Amino acid sequence: MVDDARTQEFVEYVQSGGQVESTDWMPDEYRRRLIKFIEMHANSELMGVLPERDWILRAPTLQRKLALTAKIQDEVGHAQLIYRIVEDLGKPREACLDDLIAGTSKFHNVFHYPTRSWGDVGVIAWLVDAAAIVSQKALLKTSYAPYARIMKRVCWEESFHILHGRDVVLAMVNGAEGQRALVQEALDRWWEPLMMFHGTPIPAADDPLYYWRIKSQANEDARQEFLDGYVDQILELGLTIPDPKLRRTAAGTWDYTEPDWEKLMAVVSGHGPASAERIAFRALSRAEVEWVSRVVLAEAA
Amino acid sequence: MPDLVFEVFRQERKGKPFEHAGSFRAPDERAAEIYAREFYDRRHESVRLWLVPRSAIHPLEDLPDEFDTSYRRVDGYSLKSRLREARERAGTLDSGSGGEAA
Repeated sequence: MVDDARTQEFVEYVQSGGQVESTDWMPDEYRRRLIKFIEMHANSELMGVLPERDWILRAPTLQRKLALTAKIQDEVGHAQLIYRIVEDLGKPREACLDDLIAGTSKFHNVFHYPTRSWGDVGVIAWLVDAAAIVSQKALLKTSYAPYARIMKRVCWEESFHILHGRDVVLAMVNGAEGQRALVQEALDRWWEPLMMFHGTPIPAADDPLYYWRIKSQANEDARQEFLDGYVDQILELGLTIPDPKLRRTAAGTWDYTEPDWEKLMAVVSGHGPASAERIAFRALSRAEVEWVSRVVLAEAA
Repeated sequence: MPDLVFEVFRQERKGKPFEHAGSFRAPDERAAEIYAREFYDRRHESVRLWLVPRSAIHPLEDLPDEFDTSYRRVDGYSLKSRLREARERAGTLDSGSGGEAA
């Protein structure tokens, strides 16, 4: 993987905890991997608002409508900040948005699924955001310093999302039988994508993203941290997790049914149940607001 | 594309130093103000923002300490062994007064 002394020195630097700024020299391989990884993150922030925006008009109260709108606005803001990081690495935002629509770049698996009820809104904001924050907290230690600094702000804002989601879920499990059933039904559908969220259990030693310290945590460690933090919180509400194999071992780790990793690969490469619809919607909104940027830029010119 | 990159610095409370918060792209200063409020002030977590066109920043990144300048800093002075010797000579080593030296 390493072909010259300068690269070797760089690898030793990042592996011993060193941080890199945008204007520092970096190996092409490191830059390429950073762009791909961070671009996928930004894409996910942008695509992640689509399942939730469907529920703004259907939110049950004004307060919920305001909170959901604020969360969506945060996620789009995160996309803006994270695309800026990619731009400073050399790939313009327009190129990222083009590739997203063309299907040549990826976004997270959980945003390829449809939503069916208000229960989904609670489960997404609580548990999808919880899974995301496990990864994002680990990214505070990434070797690429501008990304680490932006993650600090992102994590701070995400903590409100989790609380908001948990509040929605609590209101529903304390409500009528039908409301509780909606939460359970949403959890039944979301559990598999949640278990896939942190990726295949590739050991850190074999993961190129870990080699460059773009990531600071192995996929399986992230999944275990998520299970450790949230399984008890789900069960204490009287909800059922749809995995008969799920249990905490004597060693303190979690056993679970191995997700179908080929299915994950199919989903993130654009073959999920809502992939085509979401990408088409993104293309439509881009086309619809194109005149705005033309006007703003013409005025400024 | 006439876009400029603006670097954002934020002050969390009056009297605190400004800290770099991130950056964004905007076509001009008027749009920059709108974007700054949108991207960096949604929760009013700052009392003041500075928007600086990146082109106005003159970075100096080559700042080597070619000569040892530690004599200018407190970490350039280790008094411990000298103070111990002085106390031994003065016969005050066990009196326990005078505080610990670095």
